[in-house]
Amino acid sequence: MLRNRGIVFKLIALVVTAGGFIFLCVFGYSYFFSRRTIEENINESARNLAQATVGRIEASLRSVQKIPLNDRYFVESTPLDPAALHDLLFNVLESNADICGAAIAFEPGKRQNVRGFAPYVYRSEWTIAFTELASERIDYTLADWYQIPRELSGPEWSEPYYGEGQDRTLKSTYSVPFYMTAKGQKRLAGVIAVDISLKRLQAIVSSVKVLQTGYAFLISQNGTVVTHPRSELIMNATIFGMAEEAGDTSLRELGRRMIKGESGLVPLGPGPLGSASLMYYAPIPSNNWSLAVVFPVAELMADVRRFNMIAFILAVAGLAALSGAVVIIAHSITRPLRTMAQAAGHIAEGNFDAPLPVSLSGDEVGVMTKAFEDMRISLKDYIERLTETTAAKQAIESELKVAREIQMSIIPKTFPSFPAGTGVDMHAWIEPARDVGGDFYDFFFLDRSRLCAIIADVSDKGVPASLFMAVTKTLIKAKAAPGKAPGDVLTTVNNELATGSETNMFVTVFFAVLDLKTGELLYANGGHNPPILIRSQGKPMPIEKTGNPVVGVIEGIEYGSKGLTLYPGDMLLLFTDGVTEAVNLRGELFGDERLLKELSAAADPSPSGRIEAVRQALARHSEGAPQADDITMLAVRYEGPLMEREG
Amino acid sequence: MRPGSVGKMQKFRDLCLFVAACIMLSPLCLRADDGALKKAVFLPQWVPQAQFAGYYTAYAKGIYRKHGIDLTIVPGGADRPVSRYLETGQATFITAWLSSALQMRDKGIRLVNIGQVVQRSALMLVAKKSSGIEKPRDLEGRKVGLWGGDFEIQPKAFFEREGLHVKPVRQSFSVNLFLRGGVDAASAMWYNEYHTIINTGINPEELTTFSFADLGLNFPEDGIYTLEETRRRDPELARAFVMASLEGWLYAFSHPKEAVDIVLKYAAEAKVPANRAHQNWMLARMKELIVPSKEEAAGLGSLKQSDYALVARELKELKLIRNIPDFREFYRGSATDAQK
Repeated sequence: MLRNRGIVFKLIALVVTAGGFIFLCVFGYSYFFSRRTIEENINESARNLAQATVGRIEASLRSVQKIPLNDRYFVESTPLDPAALHDLLFNVLESNADICGAAIAFEPGKRQNVRGFAPYVYRSEWTIAFTELASERIDYTLADWYQIPRELSGPEWSEPYYGEGQDRTLKSTYSVPFYMTAKGQKRLAGVIAVDISLKRLQAIVSSVKVLQTGYAFLISQNGTVVTHPRSELIMNATIFGMAEEAGDTSLRELGRRMIKGESGLVPLGPGPLGSASLMYYAPIPSNNWSLAVVFPVAELMADVRRFNMIAFILAVAGLAALSGAVVIIAHSITRPLRTMAQAAGHIAEGNFDAPLPVSLSGDEVGVMTKAFEDMRISLKDYIERLTETTAAKQAIESELKVAREIQMSIIPKTFPSFPAGTGVDMHAWIEPARDVGGDFYDFFFLDRSRLCAIIADVSDKGVPASLFMAVTKTLIKAKAAPGKAPGDVLTTVNNELATGSETNMFVTVFFAVLDLKTGELLYANGGHNPPILIRSQGKPMPIEKTGNPVVGVIEGIEYGSKGLTLYPGDMLLLFTDGVTEAVNLRGELFGDERLLKELSAAADPSPSGRIEAVRQALARHSEGAPQADDITMLAVRYEGPLMEREG
Repeated sequence: MRPGSVGKMQKFRDLCLFVAACIMLSPLCLRADDGALKKAVFLPQWVPQAQFAGYYTAYAKGIYRKHGIDLTIVPGGADRPVSRYLETGQATFITAWLSSALQMRDKGIRLVNIGQVVQRSALMLVAKKSSGIEKPRDLEGRKVGLWGGDFEIQPKAFFEREGLHVKPVRQSFSVNLFLRGGVDAASAMWYNEYHTIINTGINPEELTTFSFADLGLNFPEDGIYTLEETRRRDPELARAFVMASLEGWLYAFSHPKEAVDIVLKYAAEAKVPANRAHQNWMLARMKELIVPSKEEAAGLGSLKQSDYALVARELKELKLIRNIPDFREFYRGSATDAQK
C-alpha cells in the first residue's frame, strides 16, 4: 500500500504516526496524572468538608441532647408536681431557640388507672403553648418517640416527621427515658422528649456547595431523605426506594453502608442522585443519620477537560504544521530528484548534453547531482572515445579485408588448375578463422613433370601471420628447384626465416614433390600434421612422419626428406590442424578418426568430392560453434603417368 | 414488580383473568346504559393506596359509570370507621376484612359480603435473622409487636396453636420500633410494612417471615360489604358495583403504571404520603393476593366456604363472636351469581 506512494506521502504518514503516538503518550500521561491529582484533592476536600459539616450538625444535636438529660435528673429526683413540670418545660423552650417542643410523658400506671399524663409545651406562632398529650384519641405510649426509648431503655433520636396540623415544619424528637425507684426497684416512669426543627440542620447541609452543582444531603437512619436540593425528595424518598425505582442495586448497597454508620468515598454513575459524581458519606454519631457530599465529577474535571481540549487542538495544529514542513522538505528533495530523473531520461535517449539541475546545496541531493554530472561527462567522454575507437577499428577492418583479398589472391584458387592429362587432379579449400588467416597452401610445377604441393600453418593469425605466410610461401617457391630434395628446401627456408627473426612466429610446413611420370612422391615435414594417403584400393591413413620441428624458430636444423609412391587413383590429403581440432559446443574435437572415416565414406572419390564431404562433416560437427582456427585442405590425386604433350 | 419482569405464568394468568372477566361481565356491560345512573357511596377501610387500586382505577376509568353507578369514593382513614359509615348509611359499600365483618354482624350490623376480593391473608410476622429467629419456636419468650384489633386474631390463634408464650408489645403504624430493635418480631402486611422494612435497607434474606396464609390461618382480607337491606332492595346495584370493582382490578393489574398513577393522585388529594416504588410493590402484591393462582382465577371475587368456616371458627373460639352466621345468609356473592 505504502510501497507505491511518493516520498512526501511516506514522510507525512511516518511523521504524523510517530508524532501522534508521542503526543498520545504525553497526553495520556498528563491526563491521568492531573486526573489523579484532582481526585486526590477531591478525596481530601470531600473528607474535610463532610467532617466539618458533620461536626456542625453534631454540635447542634449535642446541645439539644443535654437538655432532657439535665431535666431527667430533676424529674427523677423531685416529687410529681404538674406546675413544676409545666414551668420546667416552659423554661426549656424559652431558653433554647432550637427547641420547638418539649414533653414529659409518664408511663400510664396501673395504680393511677388513667390514660396517662404527658404535659407538652410547644411553639405556636409567636407564643409558647401548652397541651396535654394524653387523650382519648391518641395513645402517646404507642408513638415512636415514647415507645422506642421505652423498649430500648435509652435515649433515642426519632425519624424525621412533619408537625401536625398547620405546622408543617420537619422535626425530629430526642427522647430520654426516666426512672423512679419504688420499693427498691428501679422502674420506668416515663419519657422526656424535646422536638427540634430540622430547619437548622437543613440550613447547615444546604450551605454545603461544591462548585456549581455539588451538594450535600442527609438521610435518616431509615434511609429517608431529610435534606436535598430537590425538595420533592425530602421525606418522600428513601435512598432504598430510589435504588428500587432505578433498579440500582449498588445504590442500595451504598445506602446500607451509609445507615450502618460507615464512611467512605464512592463514585456514583448517572442515576437517581444526579449525573456522574463522587460521593463522600459519613455518619452523624448522635442520631445515626448519614451525611453525603456529592462532588460533580464533570465540573471538577472541567479544567482537566479544557486543558485536554486545548492540548488536543495544539497537537492537531502541530501535526498539521509538521506535515506542512515535511511537504516543503520533501519537495526540496524530490524536485531535483524529479529533474534528475528527467535528465537521466534524456541521457538514456542519447542526449548527453541535456542540462542537469544545478544544485548549490551540499546535502545528499547536491552530492548526488554532482556525481550524476560527473557520470554524464564521463559517459559523454566514453561514448566519444568509443566512437573514435569504433571508427579506427572499422578502418583496420577494412584494411584487413584488403589484406585478405591480397592473401586470397596469392593462393591459387582455380580448379582444376591444370588441363586434363596433366596427370593430377587437385582441389583445395581454405576457411580463415579471422579475416586474414595464417594457413596457406600452394602448388606449382618445378619442371614439366614435377609438381610441388605445400600446406602450412603460421603460428599466429591476422595480418602479421598473413605477412609471415607470404614470406614463407615466397621463400619456399624461391628455394624450390628441380633436383633439390624437399628436406633441403625446408632447411634453407628455416634458416632464412629464423635468421634475424624478431618475432616469435613460426610455421608448420608440409612440402611434397610429386613426379608425375613415376608417381614417386618426396616430401619433407616441418612439424605439420602428416597428410592422409588414400590409396584407390584401401583405407585412408596418415603418411609416415619425418620427425622434424616447426620452421622459422631454430636456425640450422637439417630437415629430412621421405618418399613414397603413388599409383594412379591414389590421393593425398593435406590439411591443417584446423580440421582435426575443430571444436563443437560440447568441446568435442573433430579428430583424426572422424576425418579418416569421412574421407573413406565420401560418395564422390574426386578431390573436390572428398573435400566437400569433410567440409560438410565439419559443418555438422561444429553445430554453429564459432571457428577457432583456420581450416585448410588440399587434395592431390595422382591420375597416372604424365602424357607427353604433343607439339 | 416492574412491567418488564412479568413472567410467562403471569401472562397466562392475566389471560385467564380476562377470559373469566369477559364471561362474568359481558351481560352486565350490555345492560349498563339502561336508565339513569344510580348513586352510591363507597368507603374503603383505609387511606388511598394501591391496596385499593382496583376501586380507584375503576372510578378514574369510568368503569362504575359504565356499569350504571354514579359513585362517590370517600377515602378511608383512622377517623372514618367503616362500620359506623355503613350503619348510618353514609356509605353504600365498604371494604372490610372478613374477620371484621363477622364481628360487625355479630354486633348487630346486618351486613352481607357481596364479593370477596382479597383471597389471601397478607398479614405476617417479620423478624431479623440476626436476632436468632428462624422458625416459629424461636419466638418463644420474645418481644413481638402486635397491632390491636383484627390484626392480632391470627397471631394469637397461631401462638395458641403452637403453644408459644411471647411478650406482646403494642405496635404502632411505624416499623421503627422493630428497626431499632425494640421488638424481636413485628407484625407486617406483606404489601406494606414488609416493603417498608426492605426499603430501610434490610435485605429480604436477612429477614425471617411467618406468613399466616401459609400457617393454616389464611383469613381472607378485603371483601366488599353492604347492608343486607341495601342488597335486598337493589341486588342489581350490588352486583354492578362488584363487577365494576373487579373489572377495575383487572384493568389495574394489566396497566400497573397507570393504576399507580391514579392511586398516587388520590393519595396526594388525601394528603397521604406515598411513593411510587412502594405503591408499585403494593399493587404487585395485591395481584398475588387477589389472584393467588391461575386455578383460582375463576373464583375471582368469591368467598370460599372453607375460608369462611375457618375464620368464623377461630373468631368463635376466641369469643370474638357469639354465633356463626349461615354462610348463605352472610355471603351473597355477585361474582358467584354471575357465574351461575
